[in-house]
Amino acid sequence: MEQRLANSWRMTVNEKNFIQTALLSDLRIDGRGPFDYRNLTIQFGIEDGSSEVQLGQTRVMGFVTSQLVQPYRDRPNEGTLAIFTEFSPMADPSFEIGRPGESAVELGRIVDRGLRESRAIDTESLCVVAGKWVWSIRIDLHILDNGGNLVDAANIAALAALLTFRRPECTLGGEDGQEVIIHPPEVREPLALIVHHLPIAVTFAFIGNESRVIIDPSHFEEAVMGGKLTATLNTNGDVCAIQKAGGEGVMQSVVMQCLRIASVKAADITGKIKKAVESYKTKRDLKKIKRHPDSVDISNISKDMEKSKLELVKCQSDDMEIEGHSSKKDESSLRHSKHKALISGPSSWDPYSKIADTDELKASLASRAVATPNLKMDVMPPEKQQLNVKDESHRDADPSPPLLVAAEAREEKNKAKTLLDAVKPKHKRKKKNASNSNGS
Amino acid sequence: MEFVNPEGLRLDGRRPMEMRQLRAEIGVVSKADGSAVFEMGNTKVIAAVYGPREVQNRSQQSNDEALVRCEYSMANFSTGDRMRKPKGDRRSTEISMVIRQTMEACILTHLMPRSQIDIFVQVLQADGGTRSACINAATLALADAGIPMTDIVTSCSAGFLNGTPLLDLNYVEDSAGGPDVTVGILPKLDKVTLLQMDSKLQMETFETVMQLATEGCKAVASYIREVLLENTKQLESRRGV
Repeated sequence: MEQRLANSWRMTVNEKNFIQTALLSDLRIDGRGPFDYRNLTIQFGIEDGSSEVQLGQTRVMGFVTSQLVQPYRDRPNEGTLAIFTEFSPMADPSFEIGRPGESAVELGRIVDRGLRESRAIDTESLCVVAGKWVWSIRIDLHILDNGGNLVDAANIAALAALLTFRRPECTLGGEDGQEVIIHPPEVREPLALIVHHLPIAVTFAFIGNESRVIIDPSHFEEAVMGGKLTATLNTNGDVCAIQKAGGEGVMQSVVMQCLRIASVKAADITGKIKKAVESYKTKRDLKKIKRHPDSVDISNISKDMEKSKLELVKCQSDDMEIEGHSSKKDESSLRHSKHKALISGPSSWDPYSKIADTDELKASLASRAVATPNLKMDVMPPEKQQLNVKDESHRDADPSPPLLVAAEAREEKNKAKTLLDAVKPKHKRKKKNASNSNGS
Repeated sequence: MEFVNPEGLRLDGRRPMEMRQLRAEIGVVSKADGSAVFEMGNTKVIAAVYGPREVQNRSQQSNDEALVRCEYSMANFSTGDRMRKPKGDRRSTEISMVIRQTMEACILTHLMPRSQIDIFVQVLQADGGTRSACINAATLALADAGIPMTDIVTSCSAGFLNGTPLLDLNYVEDSAGGPDVTVGILPKLDKVTLLQMDSKLQMETFETVMQLATEGCKAVASYIREVLLENTKQLESRRGV
């Protein structure tokens, strides 16, 4: 349980004295003020529910996965939430592979207390069959680089991953109605977790005997500090968890002051997390095509990514972003994808408001630095027509397609616009065009 | 469920600001350098201290201060259902670390370099507040072992149920899902060394609950001092002083 001292990095006495003296005059060695956080960046991975947080030099990755399990006996209609930490030796020479050390366990429990006890995640919505099947959410936190203050970074990584995680939808079916059928993401849109509030962990370090307080200690400051206090709060003014595991004694007034500072910082960090998650969601929605629930018979739905890329390329005139790599994907998949069951395109794509002809398309394609424009153009026109035809048929079948959870208001507005515009005359015109070009 | 009935009595008949009955005994493990049993109501904990003694693991030896180790375990029979793993699970690891760091703050480790102090705490009966009882027992055991400390550490827990702050929660009140604040203080210096809280609380309410827990800690501190004084008088009389 205790780490080998030979592995841990020890600071020289000179360095320690320097840092301590500087801190006594309210100077931090990286130039921050005593209550300044380091630079926070939140990035997301390809899969839903994976995040990477960088807080100064500290890097933590969070992954969220779900599984159907049997619930605990004393809570038969609640899902479970479990947090696992992985302190990789690449982060710090004192971390060892195998059983988690004390600090790993403490970190896991702090994040766990903040999320579970404060009911940040709604576990009752994770119940499928009471007493038999519930969703078990597993959060894995991997520490990649220990630059100090792992708790805060790990907490943010866990929250970011939870906000972007989507669990598969499942329904009851089978012979006796007790069998649970998990729908793959192609059939039914996966659902987001219900998060009531975001508990943010803010760590304070106490230096020296006069209880100098600094926020977000770096690796060096952690080696010098006398005590540490981690306060987990949310923006509603609730204190979700506090952990001060011994160390230097502080006055009660100092504790309350720390809590007040922490609430300000928590609001700040919550804003950053929400912004990052929003931008990720927008990007993801642009990539995805919305899947229709099985009220409409869609025989062969191919992988949605490619379809949406196709739309993206078409809608250049509507100021949509195209990533370089997505166009490459288009070429390879366009040949393979036959039936494009378009339910509703990305927000600003409106096939009926403008007549997107191939010339315009080619021109706009040429203006963008697309990888292999020639290839694209050859494949585009026939696909496009096919697409339009199929789209109309689909639209006739279901004029009011259901919206995704993540559908924004503007999509609604556009949909309303397209529905109004998609009256018969335009349909006929499109069909005439298609048949004309096909004929000719 | 009603934890405070309209007359203001809790499930076990206590008032909201009332602590459970405390009972302590020193010198129960004859082999250990210091030992104590501490009871808070139905929670019973035994602590044994070995040290200062030679460091067993040379690689961990520190040249300028003593090494403090702590191990917290719950006896299989301590809870209602027989426990599967008494130690080594994550909760025990965390509590061991918490107790160790709390005691390290008050032990004058620089007076005993290149040595090791072991604190073993075993929960015999668990009825809520085991963490606090362990810290109180460890303090008594350290005092019994004659290890120099800056101040004793006492600990108490408090919660908030049915809109009332409650002092010294028992197991039923603790598992109600309400907030649980455990505070450990150095009474003479009036400083907080241990502070743990789970579940949600508004900030002002938290301040009230923390103050209540601190009051409880001070009550425990006065009891512990009494016990230590009594113990010293007995030692004096046995030595014929």
